[in-house]
Amino acid sequence: MTAVAIAGAAESDLGVTGRSILGLQTQAVTRALADAGLTLADVDGVATTGVSRFSATQLAEYLGLRPSWTDSTFAGGSAFEMYVARAVQAIEAGQCSTVVVSFASNQRSARSRSLGGVVETHTPEAQFETPYGPLYPISYYAMAAQQYLHRYGGTREQLAEVAVAAREWALLNPAAYRHGAGPLSAAEVLAAPMVSTPLTSADCCLVTDGGGAIVLTSLERARDLRRPPVRVLGYGERTTNTSMTAVGDLTVTGAVEAGRDAFARAGLTPADVDVAEVYDSFTITVVLTLEALGFCGRGEALDWIAGGRIRPGGDFPLDTSGGGLSYCHPGQYGVLLLVEAVRQLRGECGERQVPGAEVALAHGTGGILSTHATVLLGVDR
Amino acid sequence: MNAPEPDEVTLPWWEATRERRLLVQRCSCGHAQHPPRALCTACGATEGLGWLDASGEAAVDACTVVQRAMPGFTPPYVVARVRLAEGVLLLSNVVTDEPGAVGIGDPLRLDWRPLPDGRALPVFVPLERHER
Repeated sequence: MTAVAIAGAAESDLGVTGRSILGLQTQAVTRALADAGLTLADVDGVATTGVSRFSATQLAEYLGLRPSWTDSTFAGGSAFEMYVARAVQAIEAGQCSTVVVSFASNQRSARSRSLGGVVETHTPEAQFETPYGPLYPISYYAMAAQQYLHRYGGTREQLAEVAVAAREWALLNPAAYRHGAGPLSAAEVLAAPMVSTPLTSADCCLVTDGGGAIVLTSLERARDLRRPPVRVLGYGERTTNTSMTAVGDLTVTGAVEAGRDAFARAGLTPADVDVAEVYDSFTITVVLTLEALGFCGRGEALDWIAGGRIRPGGDFPLDTSGGGLSYCHPGQYGVLLLVEAVRQLRGECGERQVPGAEVALAHGTGGILSTHATVLLGVDR
Repeated sequence: MNAPEPDEVTLPWWEATRERRLLVQRCSCGHAQHPPRALCTACGATEGLGWLDASGEAAVDACTVVQRAMPGFTPPYVVARVRLAEGVLLLSNVVTDEPGAVGIGDPLRLDWRPLPDGRALPVFVPLERHER
């Protein structure tokens, strides 16, 4: 348990916005502050990435702030779950009192995404991996999926359930990119264009603009603000690799230890989680993460998610916004996992609301199963 | 694709490819690692790192057939994590007319793809049945 709470949460515009990164960031930050009943004058901590080389510095200046604490840890999609941990520590230590964690990208409007990813020429990967033409990050997740299906005898059709369920949730979320797209079948996932075997384009997350922000402050202060506080109960993280050859077993990720640490800090177990927002960069990401976090045993996830368990109305509500697969994926999706978790705990999710949700898990995954960070959130009882 | 740029640590590895020798970095503690580094990740030593000539014996650890066109590459092609007999994993290509037929555990032999400057990239080809 910590003495810090999330007091506000918001999305920027999503989808194809035609807006700039800083324009979307401004939307996310000001909307989250308004949600909390705070203003920019209250903010003394800024955590963000993906703005520029000096991300937090850039955003702070743009917003007219001189923060006493910043963090621009670059860890891909899990960075935001890491920022929550850092922000809790900074607030508890008294270095700052009110932190905004934010992200925004205009990658779809700007057409800034490339199939091979971004590889800096001075890294070992540039010498020893790029020459072989792996798609980044897809080919790595594809190899993880191949190892997983080979080892446990699963099928691509079973794996597709992750994308099928995500679409079912998106149909209930008016903000989702695929809200009006109609249901998705496993057969359609399998028949979509193959990208890097065994993953088709429908096994891969969207490429959209979008962003979000959350506001953290002390639980004590949050209790006096506009919204019911969402408590930060626990957190944990692991950083494992940048290369495609560093990890021996592709099916066991750093989420094992990240989750273990988070549950231990919170004094909770996987059985206590009412709603889970798990990074779904690819269908396989979810399968590996559910097992790593201990929701089911190793090699069991494909059977475990079958039969509607993770769909609306199922007994394990997962990625209730529609996820990166059907709601929004602006390149680094982790902040939107937190936004949805907060909204579920505040009971604001309309048709997709998980009744009575009191404990939520947000788990970010960055890079090529490179970084893993878990945050457990709960209502203030 | 630009030719990979070696650094002071990896230069011997790249130079050996001119003689079509695949090196694996090995520490005096016995640990083998790839890619080559300025220290041993097992014992932390920064001295006593040497080179071993790989036998070329290898097998597929995991692989994927890339179906989307990247600049400089013509799909479909196989990207694989290749396990060398010496124990280390390399990212490479499995060069074959039947990309869909390559699977986990398949035995491979070392081959080379020449680079314009005389160096070469280690790649792998499936062992024929009679070679296995």
